[in-house]
Amino acid sequence: MSEVTEHNEVTQAPEPSSFRLIFSLGTSGFFAGLLLVSTFIYTLPLIEANKAEALQRAIFKVLPGCETFITLEIVDNKLIEVSESGPGSGETSKGSESSQVFAGYDNSGSLIGFAIPGSEPGFQDIIGAIYGYDAAGEVIIGFEVLESKETPGLGDKIFKDPDFQTNFTRLSVEPEILAVKKGKKKNANEVEAITGATISSRAIVRLLNNGMDEWKELITAYLQENNVAIADQKQAHD
Amino acid sequence: MIKKTAHLEKQQQRNTAEEFLKGLWRENPVFVAVLGLCPALAVTNSAINGLTMGLATTFVLVSSSTLVSLFRNVIPKQVRITSFIVIIATFVTIVDLLLSAWVPAIHKELGAFIALIVVNCLILGRQEAFASKNKLGLALADAVGMSVGFTFALLSIGMIREVLGSGSLFSISLFGEGFEPWVIMILPPGGFLVLGFMLLFFNWFAQRRKEKGGTKN
Repeated sequence: MSEVTEHNEVTQAPEPSSFRLIFSLGTSGFFAGLLLVSTFIYTLPLIEANKAEALQRAIFKVLPGCETFITLEIVDNKLIEVSESGPGSGETSKGSESSQVFAGYDNSGSLIGFAIPGSEPGFQDIIGAIYGYDAAGEVIIGFEVLESKETPGLGDKIFKDPDFQTNFTRLSVEPEILAVKKGKKKNANEVEAITGATISSRAIVRLLNNGMDEWKELITAYLQENNVAIADQKQAHD
Repeated sequence: MIKKTAHLEKQQQRNTAEEFLKGLWRENPVFVAVLGLCPALAVTNSAINGLTMGLATTFVLVSSSTLVSLFRNVIPKQVRITSFIVIIATFVTIVDLLLSAWVPAIHKELGAFIALIVVNCLILGRQEAFASKNKLGLALADAVGMSVGFTFALLSIGMIREVLGSGSLFSISLFGEGFEPWVIMILPPGGFLVLGFMLLFFNWFAQRRKEKGGTKN
């Protein structure tokens, strides 16, 4: 049955005009776009809420022992606490994420460290991650990938491989962090790269270094300004 | 005359049922046609991942087949593949957005494989071979049948791998503390092993049936 209709079509219109070809493709493209935009508008708030929740969970994870956190933002080259965002109020998604850091405190109110988000082009797409920075010891104490489309089985080990995660239990940030081959780690500032995923591993190291370039001085200045926090922190370390 | 139409209707019904059933077993996309292996191997390390991937593919395949079948006389032959891809890619993006909105954890787990549904040859194959040449009813029956067959395949591979590799099913622990999980099953080689054994079973089954049929005749 279908063969007959096909045959008729061919004999009636052997070659449709290019206008018809362009028109039919244009029309399908138009409706596809319409559908995509409406889905996007519907899902955007939900996805944002999910991201904010994931960010909160990540903050608690990269700062071991963290119970509450405050959001800090750059205003006039200084870190200022964002007023409307109380600890765990779920307001973290407001403002652009790259201009915010989070100071985490334990249940006795002493400072544990700062959770610093960052992003860096990886092998396939931008890798979004967050890491915990202990300002007193100048070490990175935790690391968590928020967003990545790295190759399954290779690049995705940046968040699936527990061996890679152990790089970030006490990683020194001075001097600059370096990526070395697996098993070749000698100094406190070296990260063991994942075999077969050098680009992804280097992207993480770049992300950490760029983050430190951007935030380290700001954090030091912030701590000096808030003497109480520093005292607390020293106590916690003594 | 009435008898004739009734007969035709009956035949059409049987056709619809047949188009639906062929995807489940006789032409199962994974176990018999060996299509769509990339998701069948990559995301079936747990039952829920396999099921989600199957359902996402179902949504894309059924929606695409519906549209392609409805517009089969409007789409010019010269640009049909391009149009199919536009349609398929649209639904893949929709399912990608919906999953990341509704089930972010599973979306993160499936990662790039949701976006890769667009190049699943099962979907484009059904459009070109079936939906673009048949009426809506038949195209739907074919798409639903193939999707159920695909989901069944992914779910069964996922269940076997999860039970053997993690000792649980849908994240519910099955065995006590004494069970030592067979970790290789949730790693990539486990996918090949399980798929290989299932292909073996299906081929053995098909051959046995053929032999039985032969002795009857």
